[in-house]
Amino acid sequence: MNLVARKILDWAPAVLLFAALFVLWQLSSTVFGIREYLLPSPHSVWLAMTSGEINWAAHIAVTATAIFGAFLIAALGGIVLGTIIAWSGVMSRALMPFLVFVNTLPKVAVAPLFLLWLGYGVVPNMLIGALIGFFPVVINTAVGLSQIDDDMLDLGRVFNAPKWKVFAKIRIPNAYPYILSALKVTATSAVVGAIVGEFVASQRGLGYVIITSQSSMNTPLAFGALVWISIIGLVLFGAVAVLSRVAAPWAEGQEAK
Amino acid sequence: MIELDRVGMVYQTVSGPVEALRNIDLSVAEGEFVSLVGPSGCGKSTLLRVLAGLRPASSGDIVVDGQRVTRPIAKVGMVFQAAVLLKWRTVLENVLLPAELAGLNPKRYRDRARELLKLVGLSGFETKRPGELSGGMQQRVSLCRALLLDPPLLLMDEPFGALDAMTRDDMNIELLRIWGEAAEGGKRKTVLFVTHSIPEAVFLSDRVVVMSPRPGRIAEIVGIDLPRPRTVETRATADFGARSLAIYDILTGRAEGRPAQPLQALG
Repeated sequence: MNLVARKILDWAPAVLLFAALFVLWQLSSTVFGIREYLLPSPHSVWLAMTSGEINWAAHIAVTATAIFGAFLIAALGGIVLGTIIAWSGVMSRALMPFLVFVNTLPKVAVAPLFLLWLGYGVVPNMLIGALIGFFPVVINTAVGLSQIDDDMLDLGRVFNAPKWKVFAKIRIPNAYPYILSALKVTATSAVVGAIVGEFVASQRGLGYVIITSQSSMNTPLAFGALVWISIIGLVLFGAVAVLSRVAAPWAEGQEAK
Repeated sequence: MIELDRVGMVYQTVSGPVEALRNIDLSVAEGEFVSLVGPSGCGKSTLLRVLAGLRPASSGDIVVDGQRVTRPIAKVGMVFQAAVLLKWRTVLENVLLPAELAGLNPKRYRDRARELLKLVGLSGFETKRPGELSGGMQQRVSLCRALLLDPPLLLMDEPFGALDAMTRDDMNIELLRIWGEAAEGGKRKTVLFVTHSIPEAVFLSDRVVVMSPRPGRIAEIVGIDLPRPRTVETRATADFGARSLAIYDILTGRAEGRPAQPLQALG
């Protein structure tokens, strides 16, 4: 069997499942007669997504900015904090309890406060997404930098290698798979955070589209927004997956959890 | 080359201090191959690290190459039970790591690294990653890494303990070849070799230091005057068997007329 045929066979079950669900979904309205405002058919969702009823591009741009911004803040902030924690025992003891406390806060409940402090707009939504997504990055960065074989560290000490060099040559590459698997979690958290922010208060964005179309019973529009959100989420997730294949190819298939 | 004078080591644990080493007196000549054998917990691995300055001794004096050891000494190559290779680096880059860590220009060591890989039969594997190699091959890479900066002293902590018996025997012969047993009057490295295996210790060494546990002490030092170069046939000789049995007797206490005890935790 050649490689292409095998690839097709590998993907077949997933594709078939999606196709079956899609057909069932279309049948739900045309055959089973479920009302459009409860479950709109794929066809009417498609119409809602392509009609000029609302300015999709503007809403997508706002939400995508919030999601990608939330992801970048969570990723960079998490890596920096995780590195500080792994570098210094004092900083670790000072920061960890605080970070655990922050992480136990129900972030969704904090969202209205962010809007109060920062006003409407894309920034508070970004920060809510970042707040939900940063913690796994901190923890995985710190763990990845510390999970080094004692013998390997002895090797560094035999040659009196300075601390930064051991970080650069041994600890940081070692942490790549840990960080990348945390970033996959963060990619989905960023979506949740940005949409929650838009639910709470906003005049633009896909979360806003869902809230307003729901109150006017325009369910196809809400479904359309949902599809766009999942496309943005998939793009982000895919980008992280590609990044991890490029940055840590040795970790493929044995990724740190 | 190495002088240990009443070296002791005590370390603190949650349940109080533990005496790992007591009164270790040992001198090793330049170019000598010395093995440390003993049951688990006899402090043989600790002794290697104390010797390299990686762990502080609590008492006594350690002198290596005329210098007192108070901090890590750079003139050692270390090989551990696990190969501890960096899995994101190629074989060649792993061998070059010591040069980078020591702040030397790794480019100047490329030729030497290739030569060492050739010596252990890994030519053509330079660009492979550790994940693509067998356990025995990984340990060969680890040996090359230890030899890169041509250290006069080689410290090996059960380097072949995780390998299967046949690979282990092959590696023993190869290690002796690399050590330079074949070369007449060539400059041999001083080797300290920790092992659980009595036959391995006898096969490799000029002397075998037999240690006893809790606290780790030297029970006896047995000279191995088997002729070199040693080969597969060496293992089949009566002399080899006699030396092995003598060490076995010391470890189990049979030599002192006590009834033989089962060798616990002696891999």
